Amino acid sequence: MRLPAREQAELAGQRLYHFHGGLQLRHYKKISCQLPLGRSKLPPRLYVPLLPHAGAQAHALVVQGQAVLKGQPIARYELPQAGLLHAPTSGTVTAIAPHPISHPSGEEGMAVIIEPDGRDLWCKLQPMEQWQEADPELLRQRIAESGIVGLGGAVFPTHIKVNQARDKGIHTLILNGAECEPYISCDEMLMREQPQRVVQGALVLQRASGARRIIIAIEDQMGEVWDFLEAAIESSGANHIQLVKVTNIYPEGGEKQLIQVLTGLEVPEGLRPADLGLLCQNVATAAAAAEAVIDGKPLIERIVTITGKGVKRPANLLALLGTPISNLIEQCGGYSQDAARLLLGGPMMGYALPSDANPVIKAANCILVLTHADVASEREELPCIRCGECARVCPAVLLPQQLQWDLRHGLFDDAAKHGLNACIECGCCDLVCPSHIPLTQWFRFGKSEGRIQTEEKKTAELARQRFEARELRLASIQQNRDKRLEEKKQNLQKQFVQQEKITAVLQRVAQRSAQPVLQHSDAAPVADPPDSIQPRDDESS
Amino acid sequence: MTRTFATADAPHIPATSSVASVMQQVLYALLPGIAAHCWYFGPGILLQIVLAITFALVFEAGMLRIRQQPLRTHLLDFSAVVTAVLFALCLPPLVPWWIAMLGMFFAIVIAKHLYGGLGHNVFNPAMVGYVVVLICFPQVMTQWLPATAPDSWTVGLWDSIITIFSGQLALPVAWDAVSQATPLDTLRTGINAGLTVEEIHNSVIFGDFGGRGWEWIANWYALGGLWLLWRRIISWQVPLTMIGSVVLLGLLAYLIDSGSNPSPMQHMFSGALILGAFFIATDPVTGCTSNRGRLLFGAGVGVFTLVIRRWGGYPDGVAFAVLLMNMAAPLIDRYSVPRYYGK
Amino acid sequence: MPWDVFSIGLLATLLGLGLGWAARRFRVGADPVVEQINQLLPQTQCGQCGYPGCRPYAAAIAAGTAEINQCPPGGSTGIQALADLLGKEVLQLNPENGQERPRTIALIDEQTCIGCTLCIQACPVDAILGAAKQMHTVIESECTGCDLCLPPCPVDCIVMVERPVNWQPSMPVLGRPSSFQQWVDSNPAGHS
Repeated sequence: MRLPAREQAELAGQRLYHFHGGLQLRHYKKISCQLPLGRSKLPPRLYVPLLPHAGAQAHALVVQGQAVLKGQPIARYELPQAGLLHAPTSGTVTAIAPHPISHPSGEEGMAVIIEPDGRDLWCKLQPMEQWQEADPELLRQRIAESGIVGLGGAVFPTHIKVNQARDKGIHTLILNGAECEPYISCDEMLMREQPQRVVQGALVLQRASGARRIIIAIEDQMGEVWDFLEAAIESSGANHIQLVKVTNIYPEGGEKQLIQVLTGLEVPEGLRPADLGLLCQNVATAAAAAEAVIDGKPLIERIVTITGKGVKRPANLLALLGTPISNLIEQCGGYSQDAARLLLGGPMMGYALPSDANPVIKAANCILVLTHADVASEREELPCIRCGECARVCPAVLLPQQLQWDLRHGLFDDAAKHGLNACIECGCCDLVCPSHIPLTQWFRFGKSEGRIQTEEKKTAELARQRFEARELRLASIQQNRDKRLEEKKQNLQKQFVQQEKITAVLQRVAQRSAQPVLQHSDAAPVADPPDSIQPRDDESS
Repeated sequence: MTRTFATADAPHIPATSSVASVMQQVLYALLPGIAAHCWYFGPGILLQIVLAITFALVFEAGMLRIRQQPLRTHLLDFSAVVTAVLFALCLPPLVPWWIAMLGMFFAIVIAKHLYGGLGHNVFNPAMVGYVVVLICFPQVMTQWLPATAPDSWTVGLWDSIITIFSGQLALPVAWDAVSQATPLDTLRTGINAGLTVEEIHNSVIFGDFGGRGWEWIANWYALGGLWLLWRRIISWQVPLTMIGSVVLLGLLAYLIDSGSNPSPMQHMFSGALILGAFFIATDPVTGCTSNRGRLLFGAGVGVFTLVIRRWGGYPDGVAFAVLLMNMAAPLIDRYSVPRYYGK
Repeated sequence: MPWDVFSIGLLATLLGLGLGWAARRFRVGADPVVEQINQLLPQTQCGQCGYPGCRPYAAAIAAGTAEINQCPPGGSTGIQALADLLGKEVLQLNPENGQERPRTIALIDEQTCIGCTLCIQACPVDAILGAAKQMHTVIESECTGCDLCLPPCPVDCIVMVERPVNWQPSMPVLGRPSSFQQWVDSNPAGHS
């Protein structure tokens, strides 16, 4: 699809634009950047959740008691996601059983529980040396097999995005290093410690997607990260990679907002960035893709920021997926005294976990422990006074107060018409609302409820159509049956009348032959119709 | 050894403002204007403010009680106080105490709570209260004092208290001797009597660019309003288009016929235009919510104000104009929904 | 006098023509109310309302011969929607018609099924697949959970199971904590 906007999108990064609204938040990032990137200790047990993913279920490929090697596939998603989960280390599958799975619901789900053997033995890896000349299809396949997903938090399968990009023909690959949510610093740490990996990842994704240009966007408050990346770009000889510094306004790191900042364009409703010729990937995703293609290593670990005033020694740790959060906290010196809330993700969009038994998952960019002082005493909700602050800060240019009114009254269609589905759930409106209305939660609820209702309407419509089709079919069967009956009846009637005539004639003949002398008589003797030729009523078979 | 935590919905950072803080800032912003008012018209206005706040809180508490709403939260949201102060600022300083009671009854009980309380009222409560007493007691509501410096106040603090509570002027003179019409009133009477604007302006009650005293009060209101703008408590759209439309249309009329039309400066700095532009028409509950809607809302208030001042039955039209536009606000909102991202 | 008669007559003729034209020009096809009501019904086609399907029930409501509270699958939300559409009083679901309960789907125990086709004939939305002497199965996505296949089954091999519900973000409670919430709790009918 060729949009007129595509030409403008090709100029991405030449100048910077603004997006609507947003908030300047204190970022609290330095507190987790004091210590160098560490590596999490191997826990006694790893719990890899079989999380359902955008409707697709994960099916275990291993059984209880089976020995697994590091990097071996242990679960597969059904289509259309078709992703894989891999064993984070070598050991034995002790069970596939319910366990906390780091889901927003806080509920338990099935998890593959692995007891590490401590040897950390890799399965057979297939590094790719000539990846720069390799068939892009091969790269895409490798990315899919390695279970790479968006590590910025959305965990959308990368190979699907790359495939879409290839299908639509993209020109620019945007690497998103604008980590705008407070506290989170895992991407910054990655770009500090492994800028080479990020640049390699950019080149891998470029080859896989067919992009001509690469833009790496970082925040202006990241300081020397710029120099590290510049050096890495120079040493890799990929001088076509463009570095761009964007301002630190939340939610600038959102995909749609970053695209708007770089191109001045909005991604039209119902379309994807690929329709504008853009592919947007998180820097950590790119690094994971490099790992997968160049070293052949699947996604089994990620950098997690463990931070907040509720943790004694905040740090960034390279953690195996499935490591219980309690282990990471312990490694960071444990909880401080007034730890009050455990979050997976940042303070704006992350969700609260009910316990630290939940494991690290692919979406876990940050483990944030807030104190009582941080979350404050929550104040009472008052009616909306229509001050419009929420609309001023909304990056999606919505009217949150109007939407919450729609949703409160169950008007899900109206809410959709007012653009509810454009909401990115960034939480800005909540923060500025003087009436303390839980707007974002209303929108999360409203989106899901609206979807369910639409779905229900669709099934009801289908049921109606099938019912009506059936009625029609039954009616037409009945009609046919009646018609055939009628025809038969008429046929018999005809036969009967003919038979009668014949009988009458025969009788007359018989009479005539019996009485050759004809008397003058008008009235011919009438014969009774024979009983045997009564038409049958119920004939059909 | 797992530890459990209480959960809550994102975002997990507490909100940065509250209704109470918004209302408090509006009150702070009114202080310079109130002080100026006091300077020119004596301490009567302070008494009116105290009276109005008292009645407002009493009615508010009563209605909250009847509607079984939490008293503390709503009394401390300061919305009733803001209503009371804005209402009191429209009163002549020496009106009897029951004017405040009546006005607050209509503002708080009828216009606010019978429509559903905070956030649900259609009409600006302060203006409903003001318009009711203005229509019912037109004579009392036009008894203004001359604007003078404090050293020559006609009525002092004690006299003001007695006047307000007894309903009788505490001085040995008649009302006519002390009271004075407002500049807008004088203008109106003058024009009706066939005088030109210039002739009317020679009267002592006119100052350098507006009414004497009134012009400076308006300036101090504007200062408070600008502070609110800077604090982002109000948006710039309503004051801009409201004052803008008055100035523009006023200028047009003035250019066409300067004999029977006052200059736009005169319009701006007399009556309640500045107070209205920054504090009354910007009431979020009864105004428009989208930016485009607010532009239209402000312009509407400005135009109606001018029309009422020029052709209506009352010297000032801000209150009526605000109420008229309150009625139109839902419709404007409906047709000024902004285009959301990607639409 | 003749002018009066003439002009009034002319006016009447013109207006009459106008009305006639409008009646043709703006004629509404089928009875739209029935359609609108039918849109709000859950299309379960279960017959619990006492009519042989949702549409007949919709027609009965439109004709005023049925109340709006006879549809258990639609439940209280359905009644609310109907009341809103028709400007009627909200009623409690008539217990004679049944109880509101979670949506279900039919499940055929394929071991027990003898392939008699009776359930196929009973299914109002053709959601059961199979042939004589062959095992039958329910098309999950098309089953409305109407229970109509249960009575005809000679071997009782059909059970109704609850439709699996996906997790969804919860609706925020009115007013976050403390006294406001208590107020809401103590005033279930109170709004605002």
